Amino acid sequence: MRPALRLVKILTVILLLASGCAQQKSTSKKIVIWHWMNDRKPAFETLSKQYKEKTGIDVEFKLFFPPDIYSQKVIAAARAGNLPEIFGILGEKRTVGSFVKAGYILDLTPYMEAGNNAWKDSFYNQALEVTIFKPGNTYGVTPGIYGVPIDTTLIEFIYNKKLFSDAGIDPNQPPKTLAEFIAYAKKIKASQKVNGFVCGWGEGWLLDCLATEWAINLMGEEKFFKTIQGTVPYTDKDWITVFSLFAELRDAGILSPNITTMINKEAEDQFSKGQAAFSFNGSWTVNVYKQLGPDLNYGFFPLPKISEKFPAKIWGGAGAAFIVNSHSPNKEEAVKLLQWLTEKPQQEFLIKETNNLPAIRNCDENIPTVLKPLLKDLTILTHPNIWPYNEDSRVIEVIDKGLQQIVMGIKTPEEVAHEIQAVKKRVLAK
Amino acid sequence: MHDSLSDKFKNFSFVLPAFLIFCIFYVYPFIYTFVLSFQRGDAISSLEFVGWSNFKEILFYDKDWWQSMYNSAFITFWALTFQNILAFCLALGVDRATRTGKIYRVIFFILPVLSEIIIGLLMREILVSDPGIFNQWLKKAGLGFFAIDWLGKDRVLLTTALVHCWKGFGWAFVILLAGLQTIPEQLYEAARIDGANAWQTFCRVTFPLLMPVIAVVFVLTILGTMQAFAMILALTRGAGGLTQVPVMRIYNHLRGNQVGLACAEGVVLGILLIIVSFTMLHISKQIRKRWGVLPN
Repeated sequence: MRPALRLVKILTVILLLASGCAQQKSTSKKIVIWHWMNDRKPAFETLSKQYKEKTGIDVEFKLFFPPDIYSQKVIAAARAGNLPEIFGILGEKRTVGSFVKAGYILDLTPYMEAGNNAWKDSFYNQALEVTIFKPGNTYGVTPGIYGVPIDTTLIEFIYNKKLFSDAGIDPNQPPKTLAEFIAYAKKIKASQKVNGFVCGWGEGWLLDCLATEWAINLMGEEKFFKTIQGTVPYTDKDWITVFSLFAELRDAGILSPNITTMINKEAEDQFSKGQAAFSFNGSWTVNVYKQLGPDLNYGFFPLPKISEKFPAKIWGGAGAAFIVNSHSPNKEEAVKLLQWLTEKPQQEFLIKETNNLPAIRNCDENIPTVLKPLLKDLTILTHPNIWPYNEDSRVIEVIDKGLQQIVMGIKTPEEVAHEIQAVKKRVLAK
Repeated sequence: MHDSLSDKFKNFSFVLPAFLIFCIFYVYPFIYTFVLSFQRGDAISSLEFVGWSNFKEILFYDKDWWQSMYNSAFITFWALTFQNILAFCLALGVDRATRTGKIYRVIFFILPVLSEIIIGLLMREILVSDPGIFNQWLKKAGLGFFAIDWLGKDRVLLTTALVHCWKGFGWAFVILLAGLQTIPEQLYEAARIDGANAWQTFCRVTFPLLMPVIAVVFVLTILGTMQAFAMILALTRGAGGLTQVPVMRIYNHLRGNQVGLACAEGVVLGILLIIVSFTMLHISKQIRKRWGVLPN
């Protein structure tokens, strides 16, 4: 082979390889959105078509499921500099903070505050707050608004109204205290031969959520945050009382068998089939129950209190929030798309199609009947993403595992409290 | 005859693509894992060099890590014994069955081909105590006294080990069967002529000649079981630490953005597996020497 011809061939191969590795540069405007919301895929596709008709801009919603896979994909794409125009981050606020510090996320404050805060004021405060980094935040992130909520979520107890009626309990009077909750669950279990309470406690976060809600109710937010800061130990009597509640639930015999190895989907399936009187789940479950048990008659109720000393708070805020890639050449168009998505007609469409609470105000009349009572609870929301301090993930891991062990009867609340405190000490020392 | 420099370059150019792929997808991640194991942070915006801190945490303070190692070792023990003995017995049976052998090979190999997640979810559906398909079967078969909580705290680890064995015995079966079929028929004929009974034939011919294959099966079983993860996650989610295995901890720490700790755990697990594998190979070599299969 002649040297010149050989050189041409080698160059061709190199060029082909190089072109394969290069990022695609589209000539027309196209906005790509990565998400994990399996149940909203058809609704997003409809909205995408509507936006194309309105503006001529292509919008592609790309679904990555399950959420674990999605999370890893976003982190890998960020490291490779391959993020789409719009994406969401599933995880702790610390992770969002890391993305902001690395320069991947556009600060939306100027857009939110333009026109006398028009866009900002359209949201429920509780939904928007989750996306805000306040001045002096512990993550060292420049203050700003870094996301756009597209719905609002809160996590509450759920009860089966039919089982209530069948057991002779007023279906419009859900329990207000833990003692009532246990009594009702026992009565329904005995008379209806169903489980008292089902929940996906194989996923530790649901245990963590319930434990923190009871902790705040028992000791108040100030003492709760002092624990996170390290000045109140997990071996404090209030914490042991909180951990003991899980032993009390176990001893009452109302928990569904294998509850600590159960995922949330399995719990949703069991509750939707009328196999349990109570569950603990997010407002997103309305859409799930609609598919799994369309005839299910149920209602939500807030945390059964364990103390009157401090107000009860419930986990909630932005269910899903979209973020704009600060490096995208189409970031202005991306912001416009998010503004359009959070306008009333599109939010009403999402409410209708996905049975979620809206992110913006003034859509109340279109909210599904079962979700309407939740609106009053928006005033008592709390969430790790709006707390001034966050617990270290290693401590949370031990709390989740410890609570599972209490429910399984492997360890006592005191043993678990000491194990958590030992890890907490090591984390603080570092 | 010596190759000229251009010949050497030409020869090297043939292996260059494979070498590059190997470096990019194997060598680089391998080295980067080591680098990350000495750091703390989420690898998104923060990484801080912490020396041996992650390793000290794992080796000296993290009781859960050693609990997960114990859980894995327990499952591995069952896989090495119950799973491999079952596979060996089935392979011996099928080795003789000339007509139906292929059918059994396909049947036994279906389970390892199925996704671990599918097996985990399927077995969970069968074994949960409420409503509990398996327990219902037992009751219908008049064996209601065996209907217990298979995923309860007292049995969950053993159940997990047995499900793992059930899923994995097909691999060992296929490898052992292939090994059995490499043993020359003449050796069996010679043994028969010498008056050896079935047990003597097995002890003096089959077993010694199969030792290299058994050693490979043992090493693969250890490597596969110590890294088992997806099936256990789907079946029990770790059951409050009772079935947590090392890879599950690595996965959880990666999800919690503790990249350095997760990488250090990966390195520790990798080193342990290398030590165990070489030990197993060494032991098998010694046994073969003693049995006269290998020269001293």
